[in-house]
Amino acid sequence: MVRIIDRRFDSKNKSAVNRQRFMRRFKQQIRKAVSEAIHGRSIRDLDNGEQISIPARDLSEPSLHHGKGGIWEQVFPGNDQFSAGDRIKRPLGGEGQGSGKGKASNEGEHEDDFVFQLSREEFLDLFFEDLELPRLIRTQLAKVTDYKTQRAGFKSDGTPANINIIRSMRGALGRRLALGSPYSARIRVLQQELDEALARSGEDSEEVRALREELAVLRAKVERIPFIDSFDLRYNNRIKVPRPTTQAVMFCVMDVSGSMDEERKAMAKRFFMLLYLFLTRSYEHIEVVFIRHHTVAKEVDEEEFFHSRESGGTVVSSALVLMRDILRERYANGQWNVYGAQASDGDNWDNDSPICGRLLGNEILPWCQYFAYVEITAGEPQNLWREYTKLESEHDNFAMQRIESPADIYPVFRELFKKTIA
Amino acid sequence: MNATAARPRRTQKPSPLPSGSEWTEDAIARYNEELARVAAHYKLDTYPVQIEIITAEQMMDAYASVGMPVNYHHWSFGKHFLATEKGYKRGQMGLAYEIVINSNPCIAYLMEENTLTMQGLVIAHAAYGHNSFFKGNYLFRTWTNADAIIDYLVFARNYITACEERHGEEEVELLLDSCHALMNLGVDRYKRPPKLSLAKEKLRQQEREEYLQSQVNDLWRTLPAHDVRADTRAEQRFPPEPEENLLYFIEKNAPLLEPWQREVVRIVRKIAQYFFPQRQTQVMNEGWATFWHYALLNHLYDEGLLADSFMLEFLQSHTNVVAQPPYNSRWFSGINPYALGFAMWRDIRRICEDPDDEDQRWFPEIAGTDWLETFDFAMRNFKDESFIAQYLSPKVMRDFRLFAVLDDDRDDRLEVSAIHDESGFRRVRDILSDQYNLGAREPNVQVWNVDLRGDRSLTLRHTPHLRRPLGGSTDEVLRHIARLWGFTVRLEAVGEDGKIELQNEIRGERHRHHGLI
Repeated sequence: MVRIIDRRFDSKNKSAVNRQRFMRRFKQQIRKAVSEAIHGRSIRDLDNGEQISIPARDLSEPSLHHGKGGIWEQVFPGNDQFSAGDRIKRPLGGEGQGSGKGKASNEGEHEDDFVFQLSREEFLDLFFEDLELPRLIRTQLAKVTDYKTQRAGFKSDGTPANINIIRSMRGALGRRLALGSPYSARIRVLQQELDEALARSGEDSEEVRALREELAVLRAKVERIPFIDSFDLRYNNRIKVPRPTTQAVMFCVMDVSGSMDEERKAMAKRFFMLLYLFLTRSYEHIEVVFIRHHTVAKEVDEEEFFHSRESGGTVVSSALVLMRDILRERYANGQWNVYGAQASDGDNWDNDSPICGRLLGNEILPWCQYFAYVEITAGEPQNLWREYTKLESEHDNFAMQRIESPADIYPVFRELFKKTIA
Repeated sequence: MNATAARPRRTQKPSPLPSGSEWTEDAIARYNEELARVAAHYKLDTYPVQIEIITAEQMMDAYASVGMPVNYHHWSFGKHFLATEKGYKRGQMGLAYEIVINSNPCIAYLMEENTLTMQGLVIAHAAYGHNSFFKGNYLFRTWTNADAIIDYLVFARNYITACEERHGEEEVELLLDSCHALMNLGVDRYKRPPKLSLAKEKLRQQEREEYLQSQVNDLWRTLPAHDVRADTRAEQRFPPEPEENLLYFIEKNAPLLEPWQREVVRIVRKIAQYFFPQRQTQVMNEGWATFWHYALLNHLYDEGLLADSFMLEFLQSHTNVVAQPPYNSRWFSGINPYALGFAMWRDIRRICEDPDDEDQRWFPEIAGTDWLETFDFAMRNFKDESFIAQYLSPKVMRDFRLFAVLDDDRDDRLEVSAIHDESGFRRVRDILSDQYNLGAREPNVQVWNVDLRGDRSLTLRHTPHLRRPLGGSTDEVLRHIARLWGFTVRLEAVGEDGKIELQNEIRGERHRHHGLI
């Protein structure tokens, strides 16, 4: 007798443990791959997993087996041209000859990368780990959009608790009118005839009695129309909508003068990514404006923002002026939440820094929800830093931080997170 | 397809089997029943069948854990899972339709995504083809114990989990890495292993730990200082005979391993041993199962039980399975064991039933005999190597257009040494047979000596076969051996002139206080 067992529903994800072990073991390589992946990603692209590739030799499983060389005599199928004793040129790369391994079971020899897919959660986890985000924030950020229920009209089925009485009664009234109207019309006609008959021949006539009977039947019919029917019931309809329904604009301002090297730009990119990620949790629609500057500022697309190189001196105020102008031109109608993020190595033309302080303090910060400035430098604070320090005490929507490693980025946003999420 | 249709059966004129592509449990049970009846008609002796229905993910999972339903945890299984999953999700590869476990009862996995036809095919192939092979073939009978394997794997997993809790995941992982590196040298090729049994394993485990440790201590006890015949004693090697089973030798003799570590080595060794027969009978086993699914389903069709649509779908996938691309095709990846095995079994039946003059000359002992008896004998008593040497007929060689190529790295050209003609048949057959000889396929590395009285170093000796060198990861494997052994490990090779050359030496670090790691 056969036993048929349906195992489809037990032990889902049995391989999860092995997968975790694999991830743990190759954490270094995977982290490196994630860093590289961040480099190639748009800062807005945080909702997908990532394809990770690790050099296969890093994770090969060694075994004792034959290598190339020596004498191999092997049988092949499909002879189409050879006879015994033929001497053939050695094929380049071989068709299995000489390798001694007909099967691909042994991964020791070839050097392709090992490629696999990280899920979104795994990717974000590694991303956050670098940034040293606190646990709570991590879960808040990684969470898929929050929904809230809101009313959206009425529907004809639902739970009794949601019955809308006014709607239901209105429906019932309409139905009663509609169902009763043929009778009512007839009743009106009959009533009139009855009145005429009464006037003509008095109470006792045959005609009057017939009319009265017919009227009674019709009135009974009208009364039999139910006052309220299950058909009339209307329920409040509640639907789920994604919570963030407002829109925001995020300004990314970055110094691209010669002193900002690739490494600093990569750090700045993480800073922008984190702010963006945070904003996606609170706003449904986000626009990002990229402004790069050296001595003059320019609005560019993301590609150019991160990847093209410029050199020369630095006039930070040029970027702030541009930001102010764009702000006034496009985002001043009060429907936009404005966020700013500025990254720089702190170098600025000396006379320019006070101008920056004034611009930011008077013309930008009043319109901003939050403005964060990071100075990516290991050295002494520069003049821009000193100027901005004055602002920090006056405006509570302004934060600044000096950054040496990605772990320093989060403190910039600490206030911001505290205010909005906690 | 409905439940009521599956009920009435065992009548003189059976009703046709369900058709269509959707399967139900009733339909599967019905197929299984008819297949069992026909298999019994052909005198296939099988273990009871247990059919398990699983999802694609579970199939990948079983894949990754070397095809076993339970196994201990290790990162390498996670790696295989990821690789399989990637290939599968991108549609680059289909999953195997079936996995069958050599156990009693014989467990056959059916994937839920298969059509009803595929389920019927898989039941015939796995639950009757492979199953009867597992039960009958001498290698499986002597080397594996179908009654105990699942229990043993459960025991192994629990034991290793307990070790992880006690000694830390990382430590166990490093130990397993080292053992896995030696897995293909962890089998007894010639010795017959004792049977596995869970009860015995558990009972003896405690005893063994103590006993083993005492043995090891005995071996390493400092020799008495007044040993006057030290010089002659030094000539003696340990082990007295070279040992081919590296894992076994390490389990029994490595000086620094702790009892639990020896047990883990033993578990990996036992599992390697369990798979050894499968690696030696690919052509026979797959060919046998393919032959029987073909025979059983055709028998059912002749009885009028199967719809034409079933047969068309079945024949299409059958044809794919037994396709053999020629050597110069881009699809070529060696000889397809399904194709060769299927062709050989069919040919044996032909020789039995309808021999021609050539067959009379080549196979006088089977030509014209009862094919079922000949089949049974061949299935029980051979492995790939001997099966091909015994039964590969000129007709199959002609059909496959087999030819042999000699590749000598000292010759700048390859030479076609024999083809499928009268003068080449025997040579081609010999070479093909040798191709399936695991002894020749895997390097011959054995434990040669342990310096018992000196630095406790372990010397391995590689005896090259036809000058074939060792592959690229050898040094890494040596490091793993050194980790297990705890002292210096040397690899020597026997040169062509018989001279011994030192290939590599890994200096062991002493970890007396911390055991292995």
